[in-house]
Amino acid sequence: MHQLIDSLFMKEFSNSILSQRKDSAILKLGDEKIAFTTDTYVVDPIFFPGGDIGSLAVNGTINDISVCGAKPIFISLGLVIEEGLPKAVLDRVIKSVGAASRAAGVKVVTGDTKVVERGSADKIFINTSGIGKVSYENLSVGKIKPGDVVLVSGPIGDHAISVLSVREGIAFRAKVKSDSAPLNGLIFQALKVSKNIAFMRDPTRGGLATTLNEITKLSGFGIALEEKEIPVREGVREACELLGLDPLYLACEGRVVIIVSKNDAAKVLSAVRKSREGRAARIIGTVTKEHKGRVYLNTLAGSSRVLDMLSGEQLPRIC
Amino acid sequence: MCLAIPMKVISIHGNEGTVKAGNLSRRANFSLLKGVKPGDYVLLHAGFAIEKVDAIEAKGMLKLIREV
Amino acid sequence: MRYVDEFRNRKLIDKIARLIREKMAGRAEYKIMEVCGTHTMAIARWGLRQILPDNVKLISGPGCPVCVTPKKYIDKAVALSRMPEVTIATFGDMLRVPGSYSSLDKERSAGASVKLVYSTDDALDIARKYPRRQVVFLGIGFETTAPTVAASILEAKKEGLKNYSVLCGHKTMPEALKKLVVDNRTRIDGFLLPGHVSAIIGSLPYEFLAEEYSKSCVVGGFEPVDILESIFMLISQKKPKVEIEYSRITHPSGNSTARRVMERVFVKADSVWRGIGKVRSSGLRIRKDFSDFDADIRFSPNIRPVREDARCICGDVLKGVKVPPQCALFGRSCTPEHPVGACMVSSEGTCAAYYKYGV
Repeated sequence: MHQLIDSLFMKEFSNSILSQRKDSAILKLGDEKIAFTTDTYVVDPIFFPGGDIGSLAVNGTINDISVCGAKPIFISLGLVIEEGLPKAVLDRVIKSVGAASRAAGVKVVTGDTKVVERGSADKIFINTSGIGKVSYENLSVGKIKPGDVVLVSGPIGDHAISVLSVREGIAFRAKVKSDSAPLNGLIFQALKVSKNIAFMRDPTRGGLATTLNEITKLSGFGIALEEKEIPVREGVREACELLGLDPLYLACEGRVVIIVSKNDAAKVLSAVRKSREGRAARIIGTVTKEHKGRVYLNTLAGSSRVLDMLSGEQLPRIC
Repeated sequence: MCLAIPMKVISIHGNEGTVKAGNLSRRANFSLLKGVKPGDYVLLHAGFAIEKVDAIEAKGMLKLIREV
Repeated sequence: MRYVDEFRNRKLIDKIARLIREKMAGRAEYKIMEVCGTHTMAIARWGLRQILPDNVKLISGPGCPVCVTPKKYIDKAVALSRMPEVTIATFGDMLRVPGSYSSLDKERSAGASVKLVYSTDDALDIARKYPRRQVVFLGIGFETTAPTVAASILEAKKEGLKNYSVLCGHKTMPEALKKLVVDNRTRIDGFLLPGHVSAIIGSLPYEFLAEEYSKSCVVGGFEPVDILESIFMLISQKKPKVEIEYSRITHPSGNSTARRVMERVFVKADSVWRGIGKVRSSGLRIRKDFSDFDADIRFSPNIRPVREDARCICGDVLKGVKVPPQCALFGRSCTPEHPVGACMVSSEGTCAAYYKYGV
């Protein structure tokens, strides 16, 4: 996917806004600065413990806007529906979109629906775009400096494992719910207490390891992570051992990585922990001058190794 | 070449049963392992219990390392 | 996790590492082949190479079933997936493995019915749930996995399931190790033997390595304490022999119930290992009594001649003769996202482990 972005999209659409590679584009319209983003959601199965494709599509877009220091206000809703999808299923998804948008304080203001032939889509695909008002302008990878600390707002991998736990052919019970949640509240609590937050990003596709790699590649500094500090929930851990997955590469849908100056780290950590989504937040590493552009993991065994990025989805394996 | 994890046997009826590790539980197939009872730990590979975990041997190995 | 966390204890790790360093001080290089891909992964994940002294060298062996599966097998699986009535059920390991012209992942994107399963029980469930589909399970793996596939065939026969079959690509370990020691280019001092294969076959089938070829052998578990302790046991052997570190799981005689199930359904056969070639009686095929469940016989998949990339050195990597960075393709045209060779596809493949963990 990263290769596709570089070789195709960046080349064809090259412009100064796109090349910033932020989670949302930051646009100036008159005196207002707004954040604008879009994302398309495909998930199998569409209902999973702790969420469904509807709430996922709302929360994901809210989070992409929020991590840019903007307050999400309006979203659009585009549906691609496979012919024959039961009305009750559609009702349930749409009700979930409604509930999630109300919970996050955003309005669905425009939309579109297409029905495609059976087999041309898998049940339902959702696209959401969103706009928000930028209220905190200082977030940028350029602000990251050695000595800053890396904070994650909660246990990683819950979303990916909750989805796998109900997938046909793999199913197990793990008492793990998806972490899918709107993070606008949490993020603004954090921004309120510190002016020294350099950057934020939500570790979705490719998980924590991939997101941190994106950050080191953009900032030019390294990151050293402490394996013993990285929160992984019971249930997620066992599922990873069972299926041969690495939690560091599992997608989260309600977590954020915050890079903040060392002095403000404790303040930000306690602000994040005050919100429901951030109760188990942890400081997991530091930005380093060494290892430029790379992420290193200090392992539980006392060694240290490179963490690379992973673009494709991890597959359950038995070997 | 073969991922397998130790899980505790919760229930067993014929060749079918349930195993558990931490919060995780799933069904397990016992057709490859005889003489298993609830409470035993078994090694699960691709959904099958393939061997019992020997608690005494596990303890013995750890003790050996501690005492070297 | 019980029987896992105790074997990840940092104090014990530090202690055995120290003992290994002391024992190896001033000694000549000691070369260990970790036969099993799961060992390769664990060594990379825990960064164990860094903990070991420089004169202990670990080289990866042929124990990654995905890596040693010949392209012809993938080509057949692809051909089967293109049959309109067929649903392929497979472990996730096989999905991205490139054949000569395609992979199952690509076929799935193009509309083929390919389902990932964790167990043959899940594959049987799919067959029961969709009686109009022909479910073909991809039977790959060594002696650990083969009994589970055999059990599924026995169950299908018992139930009279008419829409379940297996494309058999199973391989057996001891014969491949024999080929490696006979082809003596790797100069291995000791073998870290696969704990889970050995849970089934026991340690007796490896005795020839010590007796005839003077190789030290230890059957080891997969946690860092297990792996380090196994290495310590190897370098401490005065006279080559086969020892078991993973004694909480593996016994010298293995699991005879599982072997009986395996032998009822499968019979030994010559088998082609990718990169190594044909090895006498190193594989399994489905017995004639069960030919109704043999996808090769039921569907006779039609394939074009196999195509190989001549620059790929997977064969030498599998034999432990070369390391991935010596390959012209490694990290350039061959990456986990776009694998050329099988060692890059499987996450336990040597190339993937080198790429991901930078070992």
